[in-house]
Amino acid sequence: MLANYGYSDGSGNYFITIDTDKCNACGACVEACPAQIFQVVDEDPNDPMNEEPLAIVVAGKKKKLKYECGPCKPSGDNRPALPCVMVCEGCAISHSW
Amino acid sequence: MSEEKRPEFWRWAETNWVNPDIRWEDAQFITLGIDVGSVSSQAVIMADGKMYAYGNMRTGSDSPNSARNALKFALGKTTLTEVKISYCIGTGYGRVNVPMADRTVTEIACHARGANFFYGPKVRTVLDVGGQDIKAIRCDEKGKVTNFLMNDKCAAGTGRGMEVFSDLLSVPIGEVGERSYQVEKEPPAVSSTCVVYAKSEATGLLRKGLSTNEVLAAYCSAMADRIYSLLERVGVEPEFAITGGMAKNRGVVGRLTKKMGLEPLKTSWDTQLAGAAGAALFGYALCQKSKGKGK
Ligand code: SF4
Ligand code: SF4
Repeated sequence: MLANYGYSDGSGNYFITIDTDKCNACGACVEACPAQIFQVVDEDPNDPMNEEPLAIVVAGKKKKLKYECGPCKPSGDNRPALPCVMVCEGCAISHSW
Repeated sequence: MSEEKRPEFWRWAETNWVNPDIRWEDAQFITLGIDVGSVSSQAVIMADGKMYAYGNMRTGSDSPNSARNALKFALGKTTLTEVKISYCIGTGYGRVNVPMADRTVTEIACHARGANFFYGPKVRTVLDVGGQDIKAIRCDEKGKVTNFLMNDKCAAGTGRGMEVFSDLLSVPIGEVGERSYQVEKEPPAVSSTCVVYAKSEATGLLRKGLSTNEVLAAYCSAMADRIYSLLERVGVEPEFAITGGMAKNRGVVGRLTKKMGLEPLKTSWDTQLAGAAGAALFGYALCQKSKGKGK
């Protein structure tokens, strides 16, 4: 499942997508993210029939992604690799902006 | 000053129903789904996965009471009592405050499951426009979610936005859709669906001489644009279905489906019930699963 967390508003689209089929719940993103965006939960809240743990975006952060991720994303062309994307071995995480 | 009561243009009818063809006494599992949304709350009772009864009403000031009231309303026309219910799942914005819930499930999962039940297994894209959020969901033939997003940052493009608007123009909410088509020429969409901006923009348009119907058309079309851009993010795959209160608004749905080039599937069920129905179905599936384990 592609779980898109975030929002779109007048200024743009701010979504973090977690591909739940690729996530093995290793927790590396939780450790790596300076803004505590991720959390590993015991079961998929969007699929009650699935009992595998996985990473989700913390509820309280969903509406603030533009600001929370700001420090990782300096403006300009040569944007450094994002810590969350870099540590995820399964390449489960992507950002829309 | 006269205290004349202003009519409530946004108010829609609350309903409850029982299926006369089902005897709950014959069911192995009676499951309950309660969807407490920001604007409306529904309780759906299923007997072995079949629709038995429901209640659909406005959400009150607190979630626990809204859940209790919706259940009471659903039980109203039945001989069933709460103790006979095997499993209850809470969903929706107020799901953590459903006192009788054995478990909570997100509205994303419940809406996909509910749409699969109401519209059949060919549904692949489900749009739910609720009171305060817009959900775009893709699912497989079993109603399992494959891709979703939910925009709940602001009321733009949502049911609440439409309520504010109908009240501002003194047009009953049920008439917005029809009246938005009673225009000679489709006006350009208002530039923003943001409730605050749209309000002042509407007042400006009225002052400029646009008719109420034209302003409604301009607003419905802005909502359709906004919803379309969110749908594009998850991708649209036919068949397509719309649940939630906005599905009843032809003014928005008509303009949206024209943009998409797809007709939405039809159902005789009240589309506001999809979330609660999905929750009741998950309850049934979980009951069967635990029985399978010999629990
Ligand atoms: S790093 Fe990747 S695989 Fe590990 S928990 Fe996070 S999203 Fe899942
Ligand atoms: S970009 Fe930075 S702040 Fe944003 S989720 Fe990734 S690691 Fe966390």
